[in-house]
Amino acid sequence: MRSYGALYSEDQAAMEKQWIFEGLKIVDFCTAAVGPLPLKYLADHGATVVKVESSHRPDVVRTGGPFKDAVNELDRSAWYPNYNTSKFGLALNMNRPGALEIAFKLIEWCDIMGESFTPGMMKRWGMDYDSVRKFKPDIIYFSTCQQGQYGPHSQFRGYGPHASAVAGVYHMTGWPDREPATIYGAYNDFIAPRFATAVLIAALDYRRRTGRGQYLDLSQYECGVTFMAPVIMDYFVNGRVQSRRGNQASDAAPHGVYPCEGLDRWVAVAVTDDDQWKAFCRVVGQPDWTNDPRYRTLLGRKEHEDELNRAVESWTRLHPADEIMSEMQEAGVPAGVVHRYEGLFNDPQMKHRGHFVKLKHAVIGEHHYDGIPYKLSKSPQGPRWAGPAMGQHLEKVCLELLGMTEDDLAEYVAAEVFE
Amino acid sequence: MASEPTPYTLLSPYRVLDLTDEKGLLCGKILGDMGADVIKIERPGGDAARRIGPFYHDDPDPEKSLYWFAFNTNKRGITLNLETADGLDIFKRLTRSADFVVESFPPGTMDGLGIGYPDLEKINPGVILVSVTPFGQSGPYVERHYQTTDMILWALGGVMSISGDPDRAPNQISFPHAYLHGGAEAAQGAMMALYARSITGQGQHVDVSIQQCLSMCTMNTMQFWDMYRINLPRGVYKRGIVRSDGSSLYSPWLWPCQDGWVFLMIGGGALRPLVLSSTALALWMAEQGAAGDLEGYDWAAIDSATITQQEIDRLRKVIEPFLMTHTMADLYEESIKRKILLAPVNDPKGIAESPQLEGRGFYVEIEHPELGAVLKYCGPWAQLSRTPLAGWKRAPLIGEHNREIYEQELGLSREQTIALKQAQII
Repeated sequence: MRSYGALYSEDQAAMEKQWIFEGLKIVDFCTAAVGPLPLKYLADHGATVVKVESSHRPDVVRTGGPFKDAVNELDRSAWYPNYNTSKFGLALNMNRPGALEIAFKLIEWCDIMGESFTPGMMKRWGMDYDSVRKFKPDIIYFSTCQQGQYGPHSQFRGYGPHASAVAGVYHMTGWPDREPATIYGAYNDFIAPRFATAVLIAALDYRRRTGRGQYLDLSQYECGVTFMAPVIMDYFVNGRVQSRRGNQASDAAPHGVYPCEGLDRWVAVAVTDDDQWKAFCRVVGQPDWTNDPRYRTLLGRKEHEDELNRAVESWTRLHPADEIMSEMQEAGVPAGVVHRYEGLFNDPQMKHRGHFVKLKHAVIGEHHYDGIPYKLSKSPQGPRWAGPAMGQHLEKVCLELLGMTEDDLAEYVAAEVFE
Repeated sequence: MASEPTPYTLLSPYRVLDLTDEKGLLCGKILGDMGADVIKIERPGGDAARRIGPFYHDDPDPEKSLYWFAFNTNKRGITLNLETADGLDIFKRLTRSADFVVESFPPGTMDGLGIGYPDLEKINPGVILVSVTPFGQSGPYVERHYQTTDMILWALGGVMSISGDPDRAPNQISFPHAYLHGGAEAAQGAMMALYARSITGQGQHVDVSIQQCLSMCTMNTMQFWDMYRINLPRGVYKRGIVRSDGSSLYSPWLWPCQDGWVFLMIGGGALRPLVLSSTALALWMAEQGAAGDLEGYDWAAIDSATITQQEIDRLRKVIEPFLMTHTMADLYEESIKRKILLAPVNDPKGIAESPQLEGRGFYVEIEHPELGAVLKYCGPWAQLSRTPLAGWKRAPLIGEHNREIYEQELGLSREQTIALKQAQII
């Protein structure tokens, strides 16, 4: 295997590790996942991002666990800082006189602003795009909410699981003989940030070329449905309403998730051609299956799939999942342990990629954080530091970034604006 | 149905050479939707991803794959055999004018062909190579040539263990998503490298690991492991409340209604949004004379640490019959008005007929002259005020733009393209 480090070292030295978004200024009024994550990715690549929230109205992820020592406080969630790495934190109580002045200073300062309130909220503060563009015509203004800024359902307020339900994820997950199954968490929320980050940078590049900013309205529902596009077209074109079918594939067998030795341990196996089938039969100690009239062909295996799956299970149950994966893979059969988090955390490939990085949070100390899912061969990448405690960077933001005087700052502090 | 690209698209100056299979098709589509000139390069006869269903009128023809249609909008298409000297030569010529090359071959393949990043960089120092692979370009699984499918990655990426019902095997999504996360993330990586290039003038190699992408879909399961050494189980939304002492209450958030299922969070206590939502639901039920003794129920007084199973069962016994007398659409419309945390579990029909998607013009019609049909597509996944995602073009037919690109743009003669076709190079 070639090593990139050796090949690219000269280039890297020459570029002196310049951060991609060095000097780019972003103010982040977003909450939860879909708004904060794209801005986190820009921050992880060098942008200066100020996250604005209030202890009276915190980012909802701060109220979600797990909490350090099981103490439910805004600065003790280990989850929130993972979605807000490399950002500076400012607490701003928008109900205080003077808070709007600070918000507008930040907007004047920034290149990109992001918000994820229910549509209409920013207008009440006079911070909607039409108001902001009057004094900041080249701003890139990023709004995201579950259903988009307009349309009959734009006022729906729900969480990621609701979006997963609406976008078809639950209907398409589970078993044909049962009600829909679910995926833990806000699954649909992890689709839109990938689109959002791409289009935000594209808009930034457009601004670099033309000097023009613009407004971006990103619907989390629409990004989710884009992942289901062929299924929706199947309905439009063929009138078919696709549904959940366990772990079956129409063109492969065996194809499933099989129980292994131990409590609730599983392995996924996919036999997708004749060579893999022969190898599979050797691994499970049933070389005769390749001549068995029931199983010899794909059509035969599909016809006797239940019976075949039961036979496969009776073998997998006797072996640890990781052993099955290794043996299958060595024989050329696609197989993978159903990693619980422990397994993912200790997965040798994830370790090789250096996915999990340790960062020190101001209140709860050192923990692991997700790294960036792609490596850039030349540019440096974060995450650079843990997500902020509430209001952690008051002085950095007000004095250094906004250029306020110490006296001005003291006045605002006395007016209890920063809480 | 304008097929003319508008001059004001986000990425109109840029060209993408798309060599991917289903692991990376979405990357090129996203770049194409944003206005880049994306050239899908297929093997002569067409890419294998054209065999992925469903198909137009259930005809499994490589020109009728709805999967192919959906993830290749706004691309042009040429055929090229990279395993020939002429094919490689043409690819290198195309690279001179390309900003991106996107590929999803097994690691080492591009190098083996002599078109790895160091080779491409020599041809065009500004070119950005984006590789989308299951595990990235190196590492133990790569060295051992681990084979994957979408489902295998879903398992190895940690999402499967939290997908499905607790009493049966964990699930993939029956329309698999793992590769799509990789493709979409690759578009993000491509844009990162583009912006870097605007500063340094240099391209670079973007190396996407789909396994790593999936790790970001697991909510806060990483922190539960990291902090408490707890592996979160699947089926949490069906099992209900899990208390800190490990005991659990049966209080699922998936409810049956008249014509399907809805996702409705019920609860209260310190969770103010849940209190407001549950109170609003009880009020609506009361207005319809269906609240029973839930009228005026004090949702704020609920404490998930002390509430009994009997009490939860009592709540469910009142709410469930109410939901059963309403349709998904009715429940949803009313929940939007009343700010109830309820959403329909949509099937594809529900999504296709969504008033919201209709109201935002999400579905676009694209003409397929070769089928004599106009098909409805999922269209703009983002709304931009100045550079809308517009001018939607259908996926290319096999080799549809061979003459346009090889003859008009690269300057090959008709005799040369005929020779290349006969030699099965294009």
